[in-house]
Amino acid sequence: MDNIVSLKNIVVEFEDGDQILKNISLDIKDKEFVTFLGPSGCGKTTTLRIIAGFLEPTSGDVLFEGQRINDVPPHKRNVNTVFQRYALFPHLNVYENIAFGLRVKKLPEKEILHRVGEMLEMVNLKGFEKRTVNRLSGGQQQRVAIARALVNHPKVLLLDEPLGALDLKLRKEMQVELRKIQQALELTFVYVTHDQEEALTMSDTVVVMNNGVIQQIGSPIDIYNEPVNAFVADFIGESNIVNGCMPRDCLVEFTGRQFECVDKGFDPDETVDVVIRPEDVKIIPAENAKLTGIVESVVFKGVHYEMVVDGVDHKWIIHSTKAEPVGAMIGMTFDPYDIHIMKKVQEG
Amino acid sequence: MKKLKVFSAPYLVWMIVFIVVPLLMVAYYAFTTDSGAFTIKNISNVGQYANIFVRSIWLALVATVICLVLAYPVAYLLSRMEKHKQGTMLLIVMLPMWMNFLLRTYAWMTLLGNNGVINHILGFVGLGPYKLINTSGAVVLGMVYNYLPFMILPLYSVMEKIDKSVIEAASDLGCSSGGVMLRVIVPLSLPGITSGITMVFVPAISTFIISRMLGGGSNLLIGDLIEMQFLGNAYNPQLGAAISLVLMVIILVIMTVMNQFSPDDQVLI
Repeated sequence: MDNIVSLKNIVVEFEDGDQILKNISLDIKDKEFVTFLGPSGCGKTTTLRIIAGFLEPTSGDVLFEGQRINDVPPHKRNVNTVFQRYALFPHLNVYENIAFGLRVKKLPEKEILHRVGEMLEMVNLKGFEKRTVNRLSGGQQQRVAIARALVNHPKVLLLDEPLGALDLKLRKEMQVELRKIQQALELTFVYVTHDQEEALTMSDTVVVMNNGVIQQIGSPIDIYNEPVNAFVADFIGESNIVNGCMPRDCLVEFTGRQFECVDKGFDPDETVDVVIRPEDVKIIPAENAKLTGIVESVVFKGVHYEMVVDGVDHKWIIHSTKAEPVGAMIGMTFDPYDIHIMKKVQEG
Repeated sequence: MKKLKVFSAPYLVWMIVFIVVPLLMVAYYAFTTDSGAFTIKNISNVGQYANIFVRSIWLALVATVICLVLAYPVAYLLSRMEKHKQGTMLLIVMLPMWMNFLLRTYAWMTLLGNNGVINHILGFVGLGPYKLINTSGAVVLGMVYNYLPFMILPLYSVMEKIDKSVIEAASDLGCSSGGVMLRVIVPLSLPGITSGITMVFVPAISTFIISRMLGGGSNLLIGDLIEMQFLGNAYNPQLGAAISLVLMVIILVIMTVMNQFSPDDQVLI
């Protein structure tokens, strides 16, 4: 697989010196579903706009199939965008919205008819050709926006939080549908979202960003199971993050107790972040437990209960299929490989 | 809702007293002789002034087109500026309107006069003097100068509402900047164009001060003609009412035609 888009040392700076992107480098492979994931203001949309050509980086290179395209205007790039709030043309009906890009290219009417028809079928909007876009529901507008971009057969489709305005059920349906489309057309999708679950379900590769810096690049499974730092661990799913230190390899001390773990290679007594997923905290009888706490609250979450347990120096979040009564004293333990040790993130 | 209806009563009274009644009076005068008998002679007499009607429509049309051509890029640039700069620029556009209308037009008289400022300056470089004042060109100039803000404002207020991402979407889909203008901005600013045209054309076609001050005797417009029937030597309010009525019908027809170009939900009148 070749790289289709490469970003090399991209920096974006405002006039007042604020850096939105701080030296971003990234390769996107052909036919890959890549997701930029991060909290708002982390620079993920800015990165997308650089690939689309709406924004020129202060420094650094944007490569498309190996060619530098920094100076190529958006309308000459072989990428199309699905905008956050769809940005459909209000003066055109569904058919003309989808046909827009083809009309600009002055394709023959017969081909336009054929290709728009194909798209309408793909996004399930047959029969809506004459409808004005303002009379469509959010989900339908979303489909038009996707069809309008895909009808141009771009090599890369950029999607800027395209499902953000839809309700949960519709969003889940569209996630599956988008993934299907991407695989059927064998296209490269670059997807921006702040929803970690969305990123994990859809992507081949997840790029976690924060404060204009890429925190981690990896498959959804890697990102979830092996977060490189406390930020990623916290952002991807809920986590218990506690301060700890490493007296020696494979031994970690936190909340005043020592636990076996599997991580090595830290300096003796180096302070670290200890990350433990809520579902990895095991509840045991309090009598013979190293670590105990009092159940503060229990919330039913569907598949599991979420409990907050007041332990020593830390309130633990625990996911379990069995609820403990509020006020009960319980013991907690962890398997060595469920304890994730991370170097402290250097601030600033 | 019922309670709120009470508040509309003053406007209703106002409309009846100052709009409906005067209109009926105009219609009454137009179809009666000075002794009060019914006649269509007044209306048929309007035909004699066909050349003045044609001139008025023509000059108003020219002024409207010039206003549109000048105002469109100004309004577009204004609408794409940063928000805090837009306010200042709008103020500058509006500034001339704070001055008295007559004063502004008088100023043009001194500028355009045969011994006026412009001819004076041209004289220094050995040109002229040109006949600038008392020409139809001067009338058009006066119209454009006075009514330009009425074109800029409706255009600006429509363009300002065009979502930036729609413009980006167009360029994303292959439009050069000219293509974006033609395929997206012009169609979306159509309501502004039609209301701008209305706001300029209607006052321009019925003006009489501008033509009186800048056009001399040879550029009589409908407005002058009507004024003469009521205040001038030609005193004939019945004919004046008939001319007004015909002018109203002409404007109504033109506006109806204009509205065909406006989207359904944005009809002007």
